[in-house]
Amino acid sequence: MSAEPMVRAERVHKSFGAVEVLRGIDLEVRSGEVACVIGPSGSGKSTFLRCINHLEKISAGRLYVDGELVGYRQRGNRLYEMREREVAAQRRDIGMVFQRFNLFPHMTAAENVMEAPVQVKGLRKAAARERAAELLARVGLQGRMDAYPAQLSGGQQQRVAIARALAMDPKLMLFDEPTSALDPELVGEVLDVMRRLAEEGMTMIVVTHEMGFAREVGDSLVFMDEGVVVESGRPRDVLTDPRHDRTRTFLSKVL
Amino acid sequence: MPDLHKDAPASPTGPGRAETGPPPEAIRAVPVRHYGRWAGAVVVLVLLGLLVWAFVNADIHWDVVGDQLTYHTIVEGAGKTLWISVLSMLLGVVLGLVLAVMRLSRNPVLTSVSWAYIWFFRGTPVLVQLFLWYYLSFVFDTVNLGFYKDEMNDVMTPFLAALLGLGLNEAAYMAEIARAGILSVDPGQTEAAHALGMSGAKTMRRIVLPQAMRVIIPPTGNEFVNMLKTSSLAYAIQFEELFRAGETISSRNLAVMEMLMVVSVWYLALTTLFSIAQFYLERRFARGSHRQLPPTPLQRLRSHLGSFRTPSRVGKVTI
Ligand SMILES: Nc1ncnc2c1ncn2[C@@H]1O[C@H](COP(=O)(O)OP(=O)(O)O)[C@@H](O)[C@H]1O
Ligand SMILES: [Mg+2]
Repeated sequence: MSAEPMVRAERVHKSFGAVEVLRGIDLEVRSGEVACVIGPSGSGKSTFLRCINHLEKISAGRLYVDGELVGYRQRGNRLYEMREREVAAQRRDIGMVFQRFNLFPHMTAAENVMEAPVQVKGLRKAAARERAAELLARVGLQGRMDAYPAQLSGGQQQRVAIARALAMDPKLMLFDEPTSALDPELVGEVLDVMRRLAEEGMTMIVVTHEMGFAREVGDSLVFMDEGVVVESGRPRDVLTDPRHDRTRTFLSKVL
Repeated sequence: MPDLHKDAPASPTGPGRAETGPPPEAIRAVPVRHYGRWAGAVVVLVLLGLLVWAFVNADIHWDVVGDQLTYHTIVEGAGKTLWISVLSMLLGVVLGLVLAVMRLSRNPVLTSVSWAYIWFFRGTPVLVQLFLWYYLSFVFDTVNLGFYKDEMNDVMTPFLAALLGLGLNEAAYMAEIARAGILSVDPGQTEAAHALGMSGAKTMRRIVLPQAMRVIIPPTGNEFVNMLKTSSLAYAIQFEELFRAGETISSRNLAVMEMLMVVSVWYLALTTLFSIAQFYLERRFARGSHRQLPPTPLQRLRSHLGSFRTPSRVGKVTI
């Protein structure tokens, strides 16, 4: 086991104006680990994920990905904000999958997957398309290369979104309730893809309400409430024998 | 015949509860008589007839109208109207997009400059702006761009003054249209692009603007139709466009009303042509957003013709 965890959060705070949404998050996610995050709506799960790839700036604390400070450079005791280009470079290594897919509607499935490799990494179109074909096949969409998002079901769209994130060869994948916007019968196909990704050794942080997935695939389960990590541990332990009342109350509502 | 029915879809009552026996008889009711509609139509037709009668008996030389319609001065004027409109519109669209992006940037200087530009150019009449450009030589007698130097009088031709006057004014309106278009794109799109490591500029160019276009194009088409007409103001700064061509001729042949009609026919032809082009352009850009495209006028005509032959149905909307 490598010494440096993939993600290390130390007393991370985040405020929107006067409202403090994250109030000191401490968390470590090792390389290859699948960490599932649960918690009531509004507890700051999405905000925390967005801080990890610097879509939001943290207001206090330290956040490291693969040993590097996110969004800042430290020299001595001083923190320097990174330039847009440096932030973009950090984000390249972190894939993100959104609740509402956020596919580019004016591009086909293949073009969605090719966009970042071509535009950001400068990959040739032909090579990128070949790679897109591979990735789409991996998520079970080999026949739908040239379909537009509007022509795909929610489950198919989310799988394209996963392929799009994988196209940048990320070392970390963030999932923000990837199945919450899906019809119940489509949830399974997306979870299957994520399960396979986990088996292949991808480091993943998954905000989810799918307790079955958390139990079977997760290496750790984090329960967040009101901007803090209330408890975390092995999924089985947290789910069957929660130590905190707040966890117990939450679980009794969702299980 | 029975073969055809074998594959027919199950009735809406669902499988297992299929209707037995023949379907119920189609409703054949006596339609409501719309006497009000008839009366309205008669009144309007009578008024229209009076108007036509007045013009037929007016002192108008229709033969002059017919002759002048294709006179080369007029045709050239129409060509120039089209040309200056296209160029001004291009200038307006490009500059308008830049202004919109500036307005939405986080740089306070860019935001304020864009705001001030729009404030000035929307707040003063185009006609005044045209004259401001045309008479620029009164205050600057030479143009000095560093690499290029000349007398302002020679540089600021009616053409250039018209282009700047119309184009820069248009940019202010296009900026607002483009801004609304950019703001209409889901912020999740920008987020997804950023999460993939795309820069702000690339996100704007590759992700946001192409989607904003669907919102930007329809009002831009309207702007262009307006531009075709507004460009007539450039006659005041000696630009030889369609309206001025008509004026020039009527000052010689004294057929004032006839020349105005010739000019109107040309403006109508130009605006109609572009309205049709715009319809098809919008239809094209609606692809992917609607499951079903709206019918073209031809398709609609065909369906209307068809509806004469089919009996009216219950619940059908009459327009
Ligand atoms: N951009 C923002 N501006 C202001 N408040 C925000 C913003 N984003 C999130 N919040 C607030 O932060 C809190 C946590 O939100 P979020 O992280 O989305 O919670 P969760 O994902 O756990 O449901 C909510 O109360 C939400 O209203
Ligand atoms: Mg959330």
